[in-house]
Amino acid sequence: MAGFKLRRSLLYVPGNMPSMLQNIPIFNCDSVIIDLEDAVPLSEKDAARHLVKRFLLNYTDRNKELLVRINPLDTKWGYEDLKVVLPAMPDGIRLPKADTPEIVERLDTLLTEFEEELEVEIGRFGILPSLESALGVINAVGIANSSERIFALAFGAEDYTASMEIERSRGGEELFNARTRVLWAAKAKGIQAVDTIFADVSDMEGLRAETELAKRLGYTGKCLVNPRQIEVVHDVFAPKQHEVEYALQVIEAIQRARQLGTGVIALGGKMVDAPVVKRAARVLRTAYAHGMVDTLIDEEAIHGAQ
Amino acid sequence: MKIVKKAQAGTMQSSDLMVFLEPAETLNVTIESTVLKQFGPLIRAKVDEVLQKHGVEAGEVRITDRGALDYAIEARLETAIMRATEG
Repeated sequence: MAGFKLRRSLLYVPGNMPSMLQNIPIFNCDSVIIDLEDAVPLSEKDAARHLVKRFLLNYTDRNKELLVRINPLDTKWGYEDLKVVLPAMPDGIRLPKADTPEIVERLDTLLTEFEEELEVEIGRFGILPSLESALGVINAVGIANSSERIFALAFGAEDYTASMEIERSRGGEELFNARTRVLWAAKAKGIQAVDTIFADVSDMEGLRAETELAKRLGYTGKCLVNPRQIEVVHDVFAPKQHEVEYALQVIEAIQRARQLGTGVIALGGKMVDAPVVKRAARVLRTAYAHGMVDTLIDEEAIHGAQ
Repeated sequence: MKIVKKAQAGTMQSSDLMVFLEPAETLNVTIESTVLKQFGPLIRAKVDEVLQKHGVEAGEVRITDRGALDYAIEARLETAIMRATEG
């Protein structure tokens, strides 16, 4: 599957702290989001963007996806963030407060202008919009379709609960509708969905429970505030050995079925047909990305020869 | 570029540095560092390189280094220069 990129763990790193930036190469997360927004005081916005630029220019042997969270485009810092940081070639921009498709379209246009100026391929810089308000959640479908640069939708619960004038609870019941709506928009567009941060760094059990919930709903990754959270999140998103074994059996069974001229067969007393095969294929792709199986499953094994 | 006003940039966290700039008739660079013995000359070389790149020929330049790498020295000094020269 071309372009499949594992994004289980997206770690926030404050943009104005050299001691944290310098550790980016050794964090074993899938992506890093270098933060120029909330983690940087207003008086240090200029300093942070120059520090991030110098850090990125110096980080030539890159080993993970690098995203930069800029300040919102309606602040006086957002455009300047792009101008300073894009020449250092991050992989994409995390756009905070992506409340409407128009805001994302505006970023898309700016990125195209910078790409032309920098003479790099159009579409090189990706966009990860943050849906973090009631308005953003309502507009999720339009936002997902607002730019071809968008590779995932991110749900931001901290600002979302603030916009709803509610508290965030440990169980997360108050987030259920918003989480689901963001997911629908992402799945309908065929892109990934990234769940919100879990702020309590000492509560690993809570992190695990919330990540398990997000995975069950359909999220493909989670944002993190501390490197200590990476391991738990990877563990939750890794396919379990019995899931991989079952998925392999499903593929084998459906191939046997096709030889018999049918598209449905029983496996251990359960029906296997196209949707089951599709789910198995997804497990196997993720397993491949985790190094749990040797070969990437091909389209013919999923759909059969025409 | 000409240093026209006092400015500073950076923090006192480890792996960072503070840069203080002040207008002066001549160029005067002083460096304090936790790793001055081993890296003093390298820090000085980096500072000179950045000052030269930005055409800073005069000013009081004070660096308090907490073990910063080259990219951080460059970034903090650049920020301080921009703050000291903008109108």
